[in-house]
Amino acid sequence: MPERERVALCVTCLVDQVVPEVGVATVRLLHRAGFEVDFPADQTCCGQPFFNSGRHSEAAELARRTVAIFAPYDAVVLPSGSCTSMIAVEYPHLLEPWPEWHAQATALAAKTYELTSFLVERAGWPPAAAGRLEAGRVTYHDSCHMCRLLGSREPPRELLRRCGLEVAEMAQADRCCGFGGLFSLRLPEVSNAMTGEKLRQAEAAGGQMVVTADPGCLLQMRGMAAPDQRVEHVATVLDARAADLKSGAEASG
Amino acid sequence: MTATLPQFRRRASVAIADERLQQALDRGTGNFRRARDVAFAELPDADGLRDHFKAIRTATLADLGTYLQRWEANASAAGTRVHWARDGAEACAAVVEIAARRGATSAVKGKSMATEEIELNQALEAAGVTATETDLGDWLVQMAGETPSHIIAPAIHKTREQAAELIGRLAGRVMPEDDIPALTAAARELLRQRFLDAGIGITGGNLMVAETGSLVLVTNEGNGRMATSVPPVHVAVIGIEKVAPDWDAAAVWLSLLARSASGQPLSVYTSIVTGPRLPDDADGPEEVHVILLDNGRSNLLGGEYEEALQCIRCGACLNACPVYGEAGGHAYDSPYCGPIGAVVTPLLFGLERYEALPQASSLCGACREICPVRIDLPRMLVALRRDQEERAITPWHLRWLEGLAARILASPRRLRLATGLLRWLQRPLRGRRGLRLPGVLNPAGDRALPALAPRSFRQMWAAGELEEAGS
Repeated sequence: MPERERVALCVTCLVDQVVPEVGVATVRLLHRAGFEVDFPADQTCCGQPFFNSGRHSEAAELARRTVAIFAPYDAVVLPSGSCTSMIAVEYPHLLEPWPEWHAQATALAAKTYELTSFLVERAGWPPAAAGRLEAGRVTYHDSCHMCRLLGSREPPRELLRRCGLEVAEMAQADRCCGFGGLFSLRLPEVSNAMTGEKLRQAEAAGGQMVVTADPGCLLQMRGMAAPDQRVEHVATVLDARAADLKSGAEASG
Repeated sequence: MTATLPQFRRRASVAIADERLQQALDRGTGNFRRARDVAFAELPDADGLRDHFKAIRTATLADLGTYLQRWEANASAAGTRVHWARDGAEACAAVVEIAARRGATSAVKGKSMATEEIELNQALEAAGVTATETDLGDWLVQMAGETPSHIIAPAIHKTREQAAELIGRLAGRVMPEDDIPALTAAARELLRQRFLDAGIGITGGNLMVAETGSLVLVTNEGNGRMATSVPPVHVAVIGIEKVAPDWDAAAVWLSLLARSASGQPLSVYTSIVTGPRLPDDADGPEEVHVILLDNGRSNLLGGEYEEALQCIRCGACLNACPVYGEAGGHAYDSPYCGPIGAVVTPLLFGLERYEALPQASSLCGACREICPVRIDLPRMLVALRRDQEERAITPWHLRWLEGLAARILASPRRLRLATGLLRWLQRPLRGRRGLRLPGVLNPAGDRALPALAPRSFRQMWAAGELEEAGS
């Protein structure tokens, strides 16, 4: 067996501490796609909350840590569009005052991937039409930074479809879910009203669940969702589908 | 006028609980957004046009003094009297002085955010001049004793039924809410005599064209053209940033303005004012005055906030903004609301007074995406938050908590200790759907805050549980 390519997982602090099952699913997906996964244990937070609060010296400190930890790897994968945009879009600007860090940040930005983009663009996983099994309908919520800063709208939808899921679009899939980091605690009434609107649109789109590629949106929507409205991270959905498809293939083979 | 965080939250909560307002706002902003998308799709190269316009605005502002002087020279040559106003007080004084000299006791007004900004109506009233708003939305808002809640649709927070009720009260008869022609006819009846009686017509201005010293106004109701041509005197108040070098630039400006604002290729009326009536003209004012309003704008030139001056006040960012869509315009307590208002209001009127506005954004970027000038509003909102931190406008306990969080997150060991402590503390609060916090103690309000997972991902990894997972 040829040696497998190694990627580093930047799991993000929310996934690490609050929804570790998303991290587990991410590792399983990367294994399925044929990669070795490394988890550098020193990683903590990309610094985005501090960057968005205007605390740029603390954000820069966390950015320099993160750059140092992930610089040695060939590719870095995150189960979050928002944290990916922090590294891939904001770091090079943030670290501009330090030329040696700026150069490293620019290099890291070029090899940092949001999970679904990595699977589609780098891994070619899963092979097209892997999911012949009927698996129902979901609706997908575009997280703001993933669709507007990374320009990535298709990869998660493409993966869901390849795994046999129909994607039913809501009226404004790219309307903010109301999270916005500390915004959701500083202006909770507005934040929650935005979430309510998002969940109403998702409900109207039909489907068994709302799927998103960002842990922030996931937790925000779960915090307001009715008991019968499911909100899931794309990694857990894809991993569960991949397991179904594998056992289906084994049963029929 | 102020917007502290508690004020903004309180006003937004009132708007969120008001079903009629939410319905009116959803319908209004939704219609604008859809029309805008259709209008942009009709352009052969909308993105290229936006890039071109961005370049025009950037270059003009970089040499603003030159263009303003060129405009002034050409406008003066055409007979326009040009007044420079450092601030709102100087601008109001100039208008009041003109009204007094002409003995005007009543004024009709065309739509103008600049006159809202300087609170001109109050100044006129104090000087004994009655000002009547003639833009339908502005007029409704004035009659209701309110303020505009949208840059181009001042009464967007009102439903058609509420508008019919207001007009009916003024007309002294019951108005059918679904008969728009009857409503506008009633408004015209009520407003026409005001135009004929007015000693002075006051408007804003959408742009100035340096090449010919012209002032350009766009409206959809014709009230702008009435206000600039029926009364014997026309006074326009316009921000110094709204100048186009020439008519080529103005054409780009106008085509993007109407498309972004209302989805029209061009607004119904585009009025070009180049001086007062000439001896042979059939009508038009005897005097035209233009008041160039600085009011803090020149302080932004050359700095990181200069980009905010590229704004052409189309209101598209309001229609795209989910925060504006829930909170409504009145929560901002400024003539400029929504994303652009959240940036320019603190810059022009004070960051302390408008503490909530830089925070009133999830930084979703919908405003940057829709802006015809591609103004990077999220970048400036973050910069304003930085200013708030540096000037200690952010409450001390929040700054302390954020500093603590940053120190914890800078070290895996401290992170392990802190999350271990939190896991122990949260045990009695863990519910099936997150933390069960008593309402008043929950900083997220009605939303359940997530609990920390029993074990972190890093613990699972360290225990070697994930080595061959999924393969």
